[in-house]
Amino acid sequence: MHQELITAITEMDEETALALAGKLLDSGASPIEVLDDCKAAMEIVGKRFEAGDCFIPELIFAGDILAQIARLVRPRMAASGEVQHKIGKVVIGTVQGDIHDIAKDIVAFMLDINGFEVTDLGVDVAPEAFVEAAKANGAKIVGLSGFLTLAYDPMKDTVAQLRALDPGIKVMIGGGQMDEQVRAYTGADAYGKDAMAAIALAKGWA
Amino acid sequence: MLPENFASLAPEQKLEARLADWIATEGKPFASPEAAEKYRARAQRYADVIRLRQPDRVPTTAFTGDLQQHFTGTSLGDYFYDYPKAAAGAIEFFERFPELEYYPASNFEPGPVYDKVKYQLYRWPGNQLKADQGFQYIEGEYMAADEYDELIRNPDGWLLRTYVPRIMPGLAGLANIPVLLGTSELPFVPFFFAGMAAPPVTEALEALLESSRLTMEYMGQIGQTIGFAVFGQGMPMTLGGFSKAPFDFLGDTLRGTRSVMMDMFRRPQKVLAACEALTPLAIKMAVDAAAGAGVPFAFIPLHKGADGFMSDADFEKFYWPSLEATIRGIVAEGVVPAMFVEGGYNSRLARIAEANLPKGATAWTFDQTDMANAKKFFGPWAAIGGNVPGSLFQTGTPETMRAYVAQLMETCKPGGGFFMAPGVVLDHSKEENFRAWLEAGLEFGKY
Repeated sequence: MHQELITAITEMDEETALALAGKLLDSGASPIEVLDDCKAAMEIVGKRFEAGDCFIPELIFAGDILAQIARLVRPRMAASGEVQHKIGKVVIGTVQGDIHDIAKDIVAFMLDINGFEVTDLGVDVAPEAFVEAAKANGAKIVGLSGFLTLAYDPMKDTVAQLRALDPGIKVMIGGGQMDEQVRAYTGADAYGKDAMAAIALAKGWA
Repeated sequence: MLPENFASLAPEQKLEARLADWIATEGKPFASPEAAEKYRARAQRYADVIRLRQPDRVPTTAFTGDLQQHFTGTSLGDYFYDYPKAAAGAIEFFERFPELEYYPASNFEPGPVYDKVKYQLYRWPGNQLKADQGFQYIEGEYMAADEYDELIRNPDGWLLRTYVPRIMPGLAGLANIPVLLGTSELPFVPFFFAGMAAPPVTEALEALLESSRLTMEYMGQIGQTIGFAVFGQGMPMTLGGFSKAPFDFLGDTLRGTRSVMMDMFRRPQKVLAACEALTPLAIKMAVDAAAGAGVPFAFIPLHKGADGFMSDADFEKFYWPSLEATIRGIVAEGVVPAMFVEGGYNSRLARIAEANLPKGATAWTFDQTDMANAKKFFGPWAAIGGNVPGSLFQTGTPETMRAYVAQLMETCKPGGGFFMAPGVVLDHSKEENFRAWLEAGLEFGKY
């Protein structure tokens, strides 16, 4: 663990974080270790988010710092042959009829850095496409996003089709006008209020 | 008619004059004395709520985005492209719900205009979206980080020559509009018009004219449905214009959500300066439209200041100052800023209440905010409403709806200053739930 790097990220100090990461990699630190530092930093940011001590700007900005570090790390990781251990597979997408992506992107990104292999199907995704993706990669967790009330029925259809494929599959929903009542209506297993809730749910199911 | 000395009136007198003009029925083309009387009573009731007087009963208002389309089987695409069909659908909707008291502005939009200018910010039904998909915004960065200085220095000029050509490529030639200072001396003028005569500019001007013509065609059609509702059924309009919080103007469709949030860290002073630069425009946009329509309410959806979107400290620093200035600027002209508070605002109520905004001059429709707290913090100085969840309309039952309305009335009705409304623009509802909502509003709303 490189505490200075972790602190730079959690304090939103972009310049220092990037300089430190570059220096560490140049001095021979393991790319995986640097990524682990980023992960540790994001965990702290995530905990602060859950506690109401930081908010979406911090999540997005820390995420962007991390993405920049990941771009430094990737070529070296390929060279070193190291691989990251994944804790589970998640298929995610914005349901049919809805083309909003920003909240879904944040959730996909946070799942990814929390160790999940994420298949992001994009927006306006038909129920059949969720089923195909889950079948193809064997994911047992599916995240359905929707910003508008028009998403309720496509969510319901998608849950039904996923259940037909595999009754054991876990489905979570989230987005602007989602709540517990919509969860019950769609038959999903859980409703997540934000990205951290989605991670907690996925970790519970992985 | 506004009084002749209107311009010299104090803000509160301006508001009273605009409300009186809006409520008045004389000289307006009502279909019958009954319709006129209905209109007058309803407008008065709503004005009483705004002015924090207790009316005879709580008014029930709704914005029905795509609802009338779903209820009447008219496609969303028709509401963008087949005006007569849309108008027929709207009228069918009004006839079916005579309990609706106020004109429920819905998604009846001029598709050919968006096509003509090649509008990039949204996708809409009947064009890139299927006829049953509602219009939706495409998140993106429509202003580059290095354009802040130009926006701050000259917001209108930057919007005219850079932003509009970018988001409306059909008007790309506006980028070449010559400097208007070229009109300031007789010998300069030919040079100015020679610049205006450049082919890209004339093409843009022709496209502007054509878009205006297409808009008037649309206005004629939607005007008929509004006429039917307002003058035939006595439903006052409660939306006269639009504006937004300056931070939302910047963050929603200029920089985009992701970029503006990173700007809060990378270039905070520019974000603040941009919000300040946009504030006079945000005020003028609301006031001009509301005054032009004779409907003294400006609809202001609030987005990125909601609970969870930013910290209290960031709300205080980035969001609130320019929103407060916008609200005060609109109020100063006698127009009611009607905030449509999307998401939750629980963490903001106390802060906004502290601002000591003018009493009886603003309206706030809440979504997921705790209404007991809204009443506590805002009740003494502002009209409040909203909070009936979109999910309840779509997935609830008439019984759960009735119970929700009864509870909400109990919390918010006492003393007046409250209007019954959904917490969202209603795109979907079970018809029986919508009806139950209207009926419960009438039943539990009496004082």
